[in-house]
Amino acid sequence: MKYLKQVLGNDLRQIPMVLALLVLLIGFHIISGGRMLTSSNMQNLISGNAYVLILAIGMLMVIVIGQIDLSVGSVAGFVAMVVAMSARDLHLPWYLAVLLGFALGLAIGAWQGFWLSKMGIPGFISTLAGMMIFRGAVIWLSGSISVPAPKELQFFGAGYLPEWGPAWTNMNNSTLLLGLVAIGLLVWSQLSAYQKAKRGAVGANPALWPTLVRTIGGGVVIAYVTWLFGSGRPGTSFPIPGLVLVALIVIYHIVTERTRFGRHLYAVGGNKQAAALSGVNVSRTYFAAMANMSFLAALAGVMFLGRATAAGPGDGTNWELDAISAVFIGGAAVSGGVGTIMATMVGGVLIAVLNSGLMLMGVGADKTQVIKGLVLLLAVAIDALNKQQGRPSIIGKIMESFQKKDK
Amino acid sequence: MSSNVATRDNILEMKGITKEFTGVRALDKVTLEVKRGEVHAICGENGAGKSTLMKVLSGVYPYGTYTGDVVFSGQVAKFATIKESERSGIVIIHQELALIPELSIAENIFLGNELMSAGLIDWQNTQMRTRDLLARVGLEADPSTPIKNLGVGQQQLVEIAKALSKNVSLLILDEPTSALNEEDSANLLDLMRSLRSKGITCIMISHKLNEIAEISDSITVIRDGKTVDRISVDDGHVDEDTIIRAMVGRSLDNRYPEHQPSIGDVIFKVEDWTVEDPNVPGRLLCDHIDFNIRAGEIVGFAGLMGAGRTEMARSLFGRNYGIYRGGSITIRGRKTVFRSVSEAIRNGLAYVPEDRKLLGLNLLDSIEETTVSANMREILTHRLIDFSKQRSVAEKFRDSLRIKAQAVDVGVSTLSGGNQQKVVLSKWMFPNPDVLILDEPTRGIDVGAKYEIYKLVHQLADEGKAVIFISSELPEILGMTDRIYTICEGRISGEMNTQDADQESLMRLMTTTLVA
Repeated sequence: MKYLKQVLGNDLRQIPMVLALLVLLIGFHIISGGRMLTSSNMQNLISGNAYVLILAIGMLMVIVIGQIDLSVGSVAGFVAMVVAMSARDLHLPWYLAVLLGFALGLAIGAWQGFWLSKMGIPGFISTLAGMMIFRGAVIWLSGSISVPAPKELQFFGAGYLPEWGPAWTNMNNSTLLLGLVAIGLLVWSQLSAYQKAKRGAVGANPALWPTLVRTIGGGVVIAYVTWLFGSGRPGTSFPIPGLVLVALIVIYHIVTERTRFGRHLYAVGGNKQAAALSGVNVSRTYFAAMANMSFLAALAGVMFLGRATAAGPGDGTNWELDAISAVFIGGAAVSGGVGTIMATMVGGVLIAVLNSGLMLMGVGADKTQVIKGLVLLLAVAIDALNKQQGRPSIIGKIMESFQKKDK
Repeated sequence: MSSNVATRDNILEMKGITKEFTGVRALDKVTLEVKRGEVHAICGENGAGKSTLMKVLSGVYPYGTYTGDVVFSGQVAKFATIKESERSGIVIIHQELALIPELSIAENIFLGNELMSAGLIDWQNTQMRTRDLLARVGLEADPSTPIKNLGVGQQQLVEIAKALSKNVSLLILDEPTSALNEEDSANLLDLMRSLRSKGITCIMISHKLNEIAEISDSITVIRDGKTVDRISVDDGHVDEDTIIRAMVGRSLDNRYPEHQPSIGDVIFKVEDWTVEDPNVPGRLLCDHIDFNIRAGEIVGFAGLMGAGRTEMARSLFGRNYGIYRGGSITIRGRKTVFRSVSEAIRNGLAYVPEDRKLLGLNLLDSIEETTVSANMREILTHRLIDFSKQRSVAEKFRDSLRIKAQAVDVGVSTLSGGNQQKVVLSKWMFPNPDVLILDEPTRGIDVGAKYEIYKLVHQLADEGKAVIFISSELPEILGMTDRIYTICEGRISGEMNTQDADQESLMRLMTTTLVA
């Protein structure tokens, strides 16, 4: 236990979820006869779920401020339809159509933010209205008929990195390069953190081995993922939607954890009045979180459009529920103030893996739905048990035996 | 009445009650004896353990979580829930009334205890019974009136009616008159007398010594979780000094640390400050208030509950409360009007709110996150939060304020009241303000921590800061400040140098309604 903490830091709350994820991945791989952890399956898994994970990023922030956004699916569908129609009917070049879509997302976000921050209407209600309004608008606008998307968008929705360089690597060299850069960044960040700890702690000599374990362990994982994605059939690589997602995760992780705005999100969700008395502009924080959510919904809509190659009137139905599930499986609190981007991503990937694995096993959509519902309930129940005071959680009980050995 | 007290049997005996919370002994072998049919007062300072004792009695802390015996009506009581204690006739009315504003009087009285007929609520019977109960407490109101349309005094009567509906034999009132005006208080005391004549025993927790003298038959004094004295009241006479000495347990002059003020120029001046009540149009919370504070000076604001002290403080602090209607603030010679809290903070103002858990803290945060939360600019490096800076700031304050915590990354919800308050103070010391508004800075914290907070306040004044000290406890105001303003109904009703003031003169000013 002590050693585990030294390697992984003090926050061990995510460990059970990550373990569950690994168990699922390996379990499905074995049951499906080795079809889970293959290049094409993982590439599909990432491309096919990137848009939900992007929604979950925004949803996490909305849930942290103690609100919810039920309109994201409708907004994504609406924006996708507007992008597709403006390209086809107004003959806008694809990039202008996409920019129009993003602007529309921001405008819708401002609308949602207005009702919450200026009028004080709870997000649940204003976004329930938004869900109906924008779903209705998609159907109205399209006349219930699908509209083909500009071809260029496929790159964002389902594209791959270019092939180049020597063939003897037996891999997609773009992916290989990305993997090497990632390993380089990992080594650099671990070493500089170690140097800092060494300089910071007077007299204390921080052990080098946790840093080494982290660096080597992380390096092996990245190398494996690089190989998994890079060694698929020629022309495939780590998918573009995945890259967009990774970039967004990095950006929003920093925004939520290390900026004043991020701190304000948690402060407003934790205790609105205390936040106001600490100089936080509550209504501006509300506005920003809601506006950001709709912007990300627009982005998700455009990416889905690229993958689906056409905008349909039913696109985006129930996406909000997948995003909300990911956030709560990741341990966020309904009352606000609790939750992280990283944990939400683990939650979202868990759902994605479950979907993909059950499909490989030939389980129908009906049963998959039931299982997903139970998993959501189970994950949140474990979390609730964890938080109950005075009663050791299941995980706590397991860890207890380790702790005793430490002393 | 007191002549035959000794012959009456005890309705309640609490023997050797000890209750511990993690690491803190809140009650230490407390003894309480209450005779059948008397009004028994319990006195003690904040945090002495009165409420904890009543929670043991009423089953909030179930049997088994404390040691000692509760003997009620001759039997050892083993209450596991409040419901069980109510069934045997013990009803507690808390200081914060537990009525639901949107429901009617009748619905509130029978909430959780609904009168049923054939599996459905019998509204006719409910109305009738309610009318009956309201007559007994002397409240003339229709049973279908929503609670929110009643005044505080009337709500208090509804609570008592609710207790009567449960066939109460021991009624516990926690600070029943603290929120009432004089007329309502007198009414309530009359009602308690009439309840006593009908054989209902009352326990009253109160600070108001005149009321205790007026109504109670005997008094138990609790200090630091121990029973220190049991005083019987004869013919409505009781020696207040005896009670005070028992409550405080030390002579009054060393409750506050010694301090030699070094007072400079006026650095904070408020002129013509006028604020309207956001809930009641036309009512002024602050009515043309003028005052000033000098560097290094501690200025007290005394006033009765509802006089407008907190409302004034929060409106000055970037219009956090109320509707601004006029006036100006001059801070270090610059005349300004803050439009937002962050503007007020940037200009050197800090406000430590009275309700720590509601307004002062995000209970999900750790110590270090709380410490920096009002001044995050200071810990940014390249616009990103620098966690090592955050930690070193928090550790600096933990050491200098002697906050008892293992580490600064533990949650503030795990700390005791006194340590929580120190964290809140460090949050407001970190921006290094020129003017600190301390609103009830020692509410709900124990005596030892109070002393440390007092020393801290002196230290802040010695650094040349202007300190506004708002408190409901007059001894504290008298012991801590250099100068005192009294507030009554949103107006400054008087100003005194502390050395010329005493409780009586202050009380007179606090109840003076000036005609402007």
